[in-house]
Amino acid sequence: MAEAASVAAECLAGCRARGARSVLGQVVLPGEELLLPEQEDAEGPGGAGERPLSLNAGARSRVRVICGPGLRRCGDRLLVTKCGRLRHKEPGGGGGGVYWVDSQQKRYVPVKGDHVIGIVTAKSGDIFKVDVGGSEPASLSYLSFEGATKRNRPNVQVGDLIYGQFVVANKDMEPEMVCIDSCGRANGMGVIGQDGLLFKVTLGLIRKLLAPDCEIIQEVGKLYPLEIVFGMNGRIWVKAKTIQQTLILANILEACEHMTSDQRKQIFSRLAES
Amino acid sequence: MQRGLDSETKKQLEEEEKKIISEEHWYLDLPELKEKESFIIEEQSFLLCEDLLYGRMSFRGFNPEVEKLMLHMNAKHKAEEVEDETVELDVSDEEMARRYETLVGTIGKKFARKRDHANYEEDENGDIQPIKAKKMFLKPQD
Repeated sequence: MAEAASVAAECLAGCRARGARSVLGQVVLPGEELLLPEQEDAEGPGGAGERPLSLNAGARSRVRVICGPGLRRCGDRLLVTKCGRLRHKEPGGGGGGVYWVDSQQKRYVPVKGDHVIGIVTAKSGDIFKVDVGGSEPASLSYLSFEGATKRNRPNVQVGDLIYGQFVVANKDMEPEMVCIDSCGRANGMGVIGQDGLLFKVTLGLIRKLLAPDCEIIQEVGKLYPLEIVFGMNGRIWVKAKTIQQTLILANILEACEHMTSDQRKQIFSRLAES
Repeated sequence: MQRGLDSETKKQLEEEEKKIISEEHWYLDLPELKEKESFIIEEQSFLLCEDLLYGRMSFRGFNPEVEKLMLHMNAKHKAEEVEDETVELDVSDEEMARRYETLVGTIGKKFARKRDHANYEEDENGDIQPIKAKKMFLKPQD
């Protein structure tokens, strides 16, 4: 019984498993299995059960493939865990490239190395508790600022905005963040200045806005002098010279997610006139 | 009368104790699974996937420090992709080597005493050689 069930499951899985290359750019759903290119070649012509004999049967030169967000490793295949479009990036040197799922969500899960905007909620002893939008507040030590020593404490109050990056972020431990890089320099991290407006958007929009060739940011930058800070946890902080300009900017950034490029250009031209 | 046990009996007792302890240990009664080396690495970060720009931005001179940072961070990011081109040298390596060769001599000459100046004028080619050996006191033979 058990054998029959397992064989049936394998057949079903075999029917549904598609090659990763053939699905690039298409929508994938959680539960799908994807075959990597080398496996595709092996299973394609010999699908009937006969496998062509290869000379180097033992020495398979497999390249390391990285499965990014939305994918998990399942034996030799990739298992999709989020719905979205499958993307691939060719490797720079060595390796087999990166596969990931371009999904959309509002809830942020802390990831190591991400730069985020946090709000200081509590100050207890030597650490600050910073709310980053995850399941737990992250901890930030007062020594993790540039030029901070035991005598020279940073000037951080409850309610301040902090731009920092995670050093520890996994599902088993409380996330920890710092405001310096590995060399000890701030590189723009630390307390974000006075005034301005903080608002929340979806995570996908942040990634879209931070893409190297994003037109929205280029057009926004031509309107008037302003400053923006993007946090990977879906939070954006903007500041302009007057409150009205700040609010206009916030509205544009929130709305541009659902606008087509034509609508956006219309709005920008109207703004440029006024 | 012998106090204590023989060494043999001691060893036997120790072995028996070890057996008892090792039998009490729990172990999994499964067949040995062959560990397959996996060629797939799992990463949860988007930094590897997409080249994202630096998160702080300033436009039209609102915050000059941030604008400098933007140039620095985005240029660094691009420089990592394009492998570093060799910086054009103002002075070639050969010239540097030649200069250093003579430099050692000239600076050394400055600190040499009058008697050591003789060592510096020996070479015919014009290259200055460093001091060979310091003259020590020679005890006179009687």
